[in-house]
Amino acid sequence: MSEALQSSLLELIRRTSTDLPDDVVRSIEAARGQEEDGSNASYALGVIDDNIGIARKASQPICQDTGSILFYVHVPVGYDQITFEDTAIEAVKEATEKGYLRQNSVDSVTGKNSGNNIGPGSPCFHFHQWRKDHVEVKMMLKGGGCENVGIQYTLPNADFGGRDLQGVENAILDAVLKAQGKGCGPGILGVCIGGDRASGYGHSKEQLLRMLDDANVDETLAALEGRILEKANKSGIGPMGFGGATTLLGCKIGAINRVPASYYVTISYMCWAFRRQGCTLDINSGIAEWLY
Amino acid sequence: MTAMQLETPITEEQIRSLKVGDTVELSGALYTGRDAVHHRLHHGEAPPVDLQGQVIYHCGPVMVEEDGKWVCKAAGPTTSIREEPYQWEVMRDHGIRGVIGKGGMAAKTLAACKEYGCCYFHAIGGAAQVCAQRIVDVDGVDWMDLGSPEAIWHLRIEKFPVIVTMDAHGNSLHDVVYDQAAAALADLKA
Repeated sequence: MSEALQSSLLELIRRTSTDLPDDVVRSIEAARGQEEDGSNASYALGVIDDNIGIARKASQPICQDTGSILFYVHVPVGYDQITFEDTAIEAVKEATEKGYLRQNSVDSVTGKNSGNNIGPGSPCFHFHQWRKDHVEVKMMLKGGGCENVGIQYTLPNADFGGRDLQGVENAILDAVLKAQGKGCGPGILGVCIGGDRASGYGHSKEQLLRMLDDANVDETLAALEGRILEKANKSGIGPMGFGGATTLLGCKIGAINRVPASYYVTISYMCWAFRRQGCTLDINSGIAEWLY
Repeated sequence: MTAMQLETPITEEQIRSLKVGDTVELSGALYTGRDAVHHRLHHGEAPPVDLQGQVIYHCGPVMVEEDGKWVCKAAGPTTSIREEPYQWEVMRDHGIRGVIGKGGMAAKTLAACKEYGCCYFHAIGGAAQVCAQRIVDVDGVDWMDLGSPEAIWHLRIEKFPVIVTMDAHGNSLHDVVYDQAAAALADLKA
């Protein structure tokens, strides 16, 4: 166990829970300008803006549902992942005691809350090796409200179409319609085309690690992202589902290969309280650089 | 927008005067109750507090004990639709005048709002700090065996900001927005 690593991870959790990344804040501010003065939508975005400021200043959770605790870790070849996990678990316990995280881990059979966010599947780690010589840790806190409106479609589908981008587009917009305000919109979609049932959800969540204002390197998918954003924002669902011009802040789509028999379109919905942060670690496990 | 001021306990007459779109600031006592609480009430257990005229808040707050006193660190609304199977019954049996949550509820609850004189108050989802600022005291807690987020927290609120999205006259903003969005997206179909 490394004290320096635990303290870096505690700071990463604190910052993720209490301080929304700049790309998200910029996007919410831009959305405010799109809503009519005096409308419920404008009111909602005003409260959201106030909330972001208070949380940052008070160093308290932006949202009380501090969600599933997801770590995405890139490590050099030979790095000790077991010690990392053990240390991250201690950091999560400490963050829970300090109130940066809610007691959010419940035994699915007995209903008992573990009280410290630790239990089977919590927190959740995704490790990847890379050839660089430093460690990069990204994390997301994904609340239950937005996770519940995630959905996986299979194509062809009589309502949406066949196994092509037209079918994909219609399926994604159906997810937006079904979500309404339940996922705390304006939301951000992470979408995966293809994969299997598990990798589809995994890849759709990883799309949410992209910067909101980035451009998809795949031109076809970039165009699809643009169309989804435009059409969703014409739906009129608006912030919180109150009606209005901003239904989505972003849509990020990736594609992975499928088997000939399957064609999944998997959508992970992220709320406006888009708590994702990341950092690189220096040789002593201190925080070298913030990533968002 | 000037918000209407309401203090719990609320009368049926006050509730019936509200309509969809009204902004309201609530003050007084407020009780949290979410999935496990509704499940327990549904199975016939008596509520540990008198809910007549009161409002139930769909919320699992972040609570920390500091110097022997509970402090609310974050307390925004949770998604209400999960209580749809139970809410009408709680309205009928326990005399509540409304619930606060987010995302809206469906036909059973809307009908119960009309029949028993209740409103659905929509708080701003995710805005846990704005909500927590309006919670001026924590008076106690019941059913802690359900775990902290699921327990019944006795909160004292001052000017807690909400919007009426389902009223006691059978109107739901959520139904209106859904129908309009479905029509708009049908026109935009690829």
